[in-house]
Amino acid sequence: MDHTALELIELGAVFFGLGLLGRLAGRIGLSPIPLYLLGGLFFGAGGLVPLSGIEGFTSLAGEVGVVLLLLLLGLEYSAAELVTGLRRSWTAGILDIVLNAAPGAAVALALGWGPVGALVLAGVTYISSSGIVAKVLSDLGRLGNRETPVVLSILVFEDLVMALYLPILTAVLIGVSLVGGLTAVGISVAVLAVVLVVALRYGRFVSALVDSPDREVFLLKVLGAALLVAGFASAMQVSAAVGAFLLGIAISGSTAENATKLLEPLRDLFAAVFFVVFGLNTDPASIPPVLGWAVVLAVSTTLTKLATGWWAARRVGIGSLGRARAGAALVARGEFSIVIAGLAVGYAAVDERLAALATTYVLLMAVIGPVAARVVEPAVRWTRAKRPSTAPAPSAGN
Amino acid sequence: MDRVNVEVTPLPGIGVRKEFAIRGGRRIGVVTHRDGRIELIISKSDDPDACLAELPLTVDEAGALANLLGAPQLVAQLTEEHRDLPGIHTRQIPVGPPFDGRTLGDTALRTRTGVSVVAVMRAGQVHPSPTPDFTLTAGDLMVTVGTSEGLDNAVKILKRG
Repeated sequence: MDHTALELIELGAVFFGLGLLGRLAGRIGLSPIPLYLLGGLFFGAGGLVPLSGIEGFTSLAGEVGVVLLLLLLGLEYSAAELVTGLRRSWTAGILDIVLNAAPGAAVALALGWGPVGALVLAGVTYISSSGIVAKVLSDLGRLGNRETPVVLSILVFEDLVMALYLPILTAVLIGVSLVGGLTAVGISVAVLAVVLVVALRYGRFVSALVDSPDREVFLLKVLGAALLVAGFASAMQVSAAVGAFLLGIAISGSTAENATKLLEPLRDLFAAVFFVVFGLNTDPASIPPVLGWAVVLAVSTTLTKLATGWWAARRVGIGSLGRARAGAALVARGEFSIVIAGLAVGYAAVDERLAALATTYVLLMAVIGPVAARVVEPAVRWTRAKRPSTAPAPSAGN
Repeated sequence: MDRVNVEVTPLPGIGVRKEFAIRGGRRIGVVTHRDGRIELIISKSDDPDACLAELPLTVDEAGALANLLGAPQLVAQLTEEHRDLPGIHTRQIPVGPPFDGRTLGDTALRTRTGVSVVAVMRAGQVHPSPTPDFTLTAGDLMVTVGTSEGLDNAVKILKRG
């Protein structure tokens, strides 16, 4: 068979298989991300059906997937929303970092992966999946709930933290000196501040630059701008993904809405490839040895997210049921944990078991998250009914 | 009239929530999504933080609901003002499909029934003192003033054309 024909067949089989998995995920009310990862594990190295010849395409497409994931994340928020979110939730945001990064860092140190491994795994366990969380909130009809703004502003804070974290991680991974690392941090803080100010004051000019009434022209301009910014950011060693995120923030108003509509299908396609590639590069045989640790992390970081949400919701005077709901909503981890792990995989400073642990962890958390959000309310009511004396009803009740 | 205190909460990445507490303490309001979708929200009675329902509404449905809630108020206000004039009534009359897209002048209400159109309510918005070239849409509510006989005729005309 012709080389190209084989590649097309392989690629077609992968996409078709992902489509079926996505449909299955929709049926059982799950995020498709864990199934995409499983799909990757199934095909790739050490899996049942090794694929060959399409790595060139899939690895670049996976990179584009990361750029689009972050670009759309940036498009979702306006600069004004980010600034208010930051003001309103910084205390909860800091608690979130401390509580949720610590288990990852501790496990990495316990496994002897050193400070770099600790930094990576801390990021993996810290960041909630805003995609899964937003979907769960809207599926469960909780957008009108009082605790929902608390949850959303924590997510906003996390996304901003990521804009600082990714450049730092990139700098640490390529093993720059302390001064070099500080420079990278300095550059990213400065760039982030400049972008926020530009987006707040002159957002419409950035929007006007990429905007076009013609769909095709608009798509090409936005995608081109995103890849250019990501590429230059990468060349400056500030992480391609962050470049795309910042561009997304700078584009605002109706331009951002139209861009989101146009790019969503592309993001879904390329991000799916990214998850598959991550799965492909993970040997399924490497999972059982780290399964225990993944479970430990899953349990501990479920509890820490619950605590974060509980505390943040209590601060704004929300009842105990609402606090539990806010905590459970934040539990899901997904795309960004994989983005962080994907960035780290392949560097000498990072233990090769990291990919397996991150995969297993995200597989668990992407499933536990939505389930936790669903069962938290009945669970709290049930415990309350069981122990009426120890769990007083909320003051605003009845 | 008592003013209600509408609380506006941004929902980053989703849209805006506007709500207020009604006298019983429960919250009622809308979530407006970025793409213009509207959801009506009503809080639960046993858990004020949570919502009993989030009802997605189309623009037309939201408009119809707004008319239902808004028009009686306007009618009540006008009735109050006309109380001293016996024989003069105020009534809200829905615009039927025959006049969808046609002007107020086309209905020739004043000539045929002697009824005056004080305002047109559309999507919860009051359009006061509409001119004869005002374009009507099926589902608009006309706030009209006239004799009860004239008003009965006006109802028939607006329904059947």
